[in-house]
Amino acid sequence: MDSANRNPGPPAPDAAAADSTLSLAIVGSGGSGVMTTGAMLLDAAARAGRYGLLTRSVGPQIRGGEAVAMVRLGAAPLACNGDTCDILLALDWQNAERFAAELALGPHSLVIAEESAGDMPPALQAPGARIVKVPLQKTAKAIKGRPNMVALGLAAAMAGLPQAAVTGAVARVLGGKGAATLAASEAAVAAGYGEASRLGAPAATAHSDERPRWIITGNEAAGLGAVRAGVRFAAAYPITPATEIMEWLADALPKVGGALVQAEDELASINMTIGAAYGGTPSMTATSGPGLALMVESIGLAITSEIPLLVVDVMRSGPSTGIPTKSEQSDLNIAIHGVHGDAPHLVLAPLSVADCLFTTQWAAHLAERLQAPAIVLSDQYLGQTRMVIDRPAEGGPAARRVLASATDGSRYARYALTPSGVSPMSVPGMASRQYTADGLEHSQHGTPSSKAEDHLAQLEKRRNKLAGYDYGDAWAEIDGDGDLAVVTWGSTAGPVREAVARARRRGLSVRVIALRLLSPLSPSRLAAALDGARGVLVVEQNHSGQFHRLLRAHAALPADTVALHRPGPIPFRPGEIVSALERWM
Amino acid sequence: MTATLTAIEAAPLPVPVRAPADYKTDVKPIWCPGCGDYSVLMSMAMALAELGRPPEEIVVVSGIGCSSRIPAYVNTYGFHGVHGRALPVATGIKLSRPELTVIAAGGDGDGYSIGGNHFLHSCRRNVDIAYLVMDNRVYGMTKGQPSPTTEPEWDSDLAPGGTGLRPFNPLAIALAAGANFIARAFSGDPAGTARIVAEAIRAPGFSFVEILSPCVTFRPDEREWRKLVRPAPVTETSDPGRAARRLMTDDGFNLGILYRGDRRAYQPRSAPVADAERALERAFEL
Ligand SMILES: Cc1ncc(C[n+]2csc(CCOP(=O)(O)OP(=O)(O)O)c2C)c(N)n1
Ligand code: SF4
Repeated sequence: MDSANRNPGPPAPDAAAADSTLSLAIVGSGGSGVMTTGAMLLDAAARAGRYGLLTRSVGPQIRGGEAVAMVRLGAAPLACNGDTCDILLALDWQNAERFAAELALGPHSLVIAEESAGDMPPALQAPGARIVKVPLQKTAKAIKGRPNMVALGLAAAMAGLPQAAVTGAVARVLGGKGAATLAASEAAVAAGYGEASRLGAPAATAHSDERPRWIITGNEAAGLGAVRAGVRFAAAYPITPATEIMEWLADALPKVGGALVQAEDELASINMTIGAAYGGTPSMTATSGPGLALMVESIGLAITSEIPLLVVDVMRSGPSTGIPTKSEQSDLNIAIHGVHGDAPHLVLAPLSVADCLFTTQWAAHLAERLQAPAIVLSDQYLGQTRMVIDRPAEGGPAARRVLASATDGSRYARYALTPSGVSPMSVPGMASRQYTADGLEHSQHGTPSSKAEDHLAQLEKRRNKLAGYDYGDAWAEIDGDGDLAVVTWGSTAGPVREAVARARRRGLSVRVIALRLLSPLSPSRLAAALDGARGVLVVEQNHSGQFHRLLRAHAALPADTVALHRPGPIPFRPGEIVSALERWM
Repeated sequence: MTATLTAIEAAPLPVPVRAPADYKTDVKPIWCPGCGDYSVLMSMAMALAELGRPPEEIVVVSGIGCSSRIPAYVNTYGFHGVHGRALPVATGIKLSRPELTVIAAGGDGDGYSIGGNHFLHSCRRNVDIAYLVMDNRVYGMTKGQPSPTTEPEWDSDLAPGGTGLRPFNPLAIALAAGANFIARAFSGDPAGTARIVAEAIRAPGFSFVEILSPCVTFRPDEREWRKLVRPAPVTETSDPGRAARRLMTDDGFNLGILYRGDRRAYQPRSAPVADAERALERAFEL
């Protein structure tokens, strides 16, 4: 197996640790600083040796509307939000009811609310949940601090984090704002700890685990994966929730000798990317569903002219403008089948925030190796969730293409029929190796051809180079060998893993097959992975079961197969998947 | 540095003399006999021979249309993409490989209709590309439909009795959008066209050349263009105000370089730093 195609190892959550997590949400209206508070809380937790994640949800206002920061902390790497919210901290209640479904308060929940904020909106109330009021504003005023920093101290104390970790996090974020701001913030945090002691906060514990940690979002990880592979050109048009990839690359690429161009639209960004890749530079674009829809004609061009290319689609709820800020796995169909004609190409999906790095890097590698476009299906959840992860292994697959050799006097056949289907590619500057890259069907030499034999030969070449390649074991992450199989792809792998860990503790013998490579799918590998499974649960986040249909086209599923698919905007929770597994318990 | 070394470095390298034929392939064009695009191909080869760059250091990019078939007929690197997208492809090539000579070529439908947005933004972005539009005021490849430069009364199956729409003025639009070099040529004057094309390639930034190139099959009336064209009665200007007045009152048949600006060509900023990848990764550490 080519070492580039080796599985980086599953970032599977520790099964036991997943049970002892704490889900904490901070809600507030515009300007109250809930997002900063959430980010500092996560940072502090990481400093205290914890793992965790931060997701956010905002109202429709462009700026300054209500927001909720949802932080989940645990002793081992996490992969998704919890089933319910353990602690809700409200700086105020303005429009907070819109987050009712996402917050998922339960009978065990503790609600800590600013005393002057009035009553909790009825839509949020959960029977049994305990509500306490705290004077965040008054406390902050007394020490000339900000209420959200008092809330930070309160939240950190409730999570059992040592105060020193919070001080470190505050210093990192506010260090540049001057000593006075810093001192005021620290005083506010201390006041928060004081409030918490009245509420019966647990004793602080720091984990001595010294493994080096990163805090990263999936969008940043995707950008880094591309740069690590060797991508040096990007062109893109802004779109939620993919913009952060471009913003990260806009800073990073010039530093590594590359460049990012903001294009006039996605038709331009994909074609600029194709142009740069044709010129020999590993290149990419990033977008979301509406942009991908505009790109598909040109992706077909890259397929036919055999130009390596990386397209990251950070999926959001569709169709059309859909729900721009919310996750969904509903671009699978367009990614695989969107291009007209018989158009084989690569489609991959990262299985976690951390895996956005490897999968994007691997996709760039495969695109160059196989001279074909690779579409990476990330999604809003992966892209925008901020996650504490173990420092990723260094290195990884590189984007390198098979280049034509210097002239030996022979006529260059750009699309020569080779055993692997990959033909050495020349790039401008190579003497006597000129050719015209063409979206028209062509002969081996690249000259336009409408002959039946040329069409068939080139179709088979383009199919076989992808279908015949050995993708190693990176095509999927397979965990366990139980007689029940949960088959999933992309970001739903997170909640699936956690659900399966719980189900196993209830005695169920379950394996997880999480697909990273969605096209081409290998029926024989799928069959081997499914071998011996008497029941199958297929999990994905879209309305029509796009992956389930794809799977059925490539694999024989047992009669006892259940498809669990539902659309966004609410992310999958492990409990939903455990419920679906209960029929086998 | 010693005097001898300086002398050696200053000595001109032997430039291989290249002929137009060195820039042509032996692929037979699909064009109708008499199509203006044959002459444009010849002018392009003449211009490239005059400039003398090795063919492998040149890329000719196009979209879709009769005129867009041109890359296959020149012996440079070529790119024949999808309809309307020649300019972004050319932009990607030039920005990532600034040392190459990049030429985009195509028709009026390709460049002004389906690719219209890229035309505007390429003028504005001002990347060092020469863009040659073979304007025949018709969609040739799809067999005779009106384009953005077609006269309002021109009758066709798709627009019986004419579109009734005013043709747009690509040169004035290019000027307003920021193109740095604007010229008009006529395929019936291959030597003049070659001179303008060579000048467009030499000029920094985005150089736009509108080449009147008759479609003898669907616009036989365009054979009359020969009688209408004339050298522009004024010399080239670098004053956009004067150029704007000229282009807005122009009847579409004045040939020559009509505007030459002094905008710097766009190159994205790139500032490589030592050990950049490590520094980028360190930002994610606690
Ligand atoms: C997306 C798309 N739409 C439509 C077409 C059909 N089409 C091919 S060439 C062309 C017009 C070409 O006209 P022009 O650019 O003026 O070039 P000419 O053939 O006149 O040289 C059209 C509409 C296409 N190839 N792709
Ligand atoms: S249809 Fe017109 S533009 Fe096309 S090749 Fe024939 S004459 Fe030229």
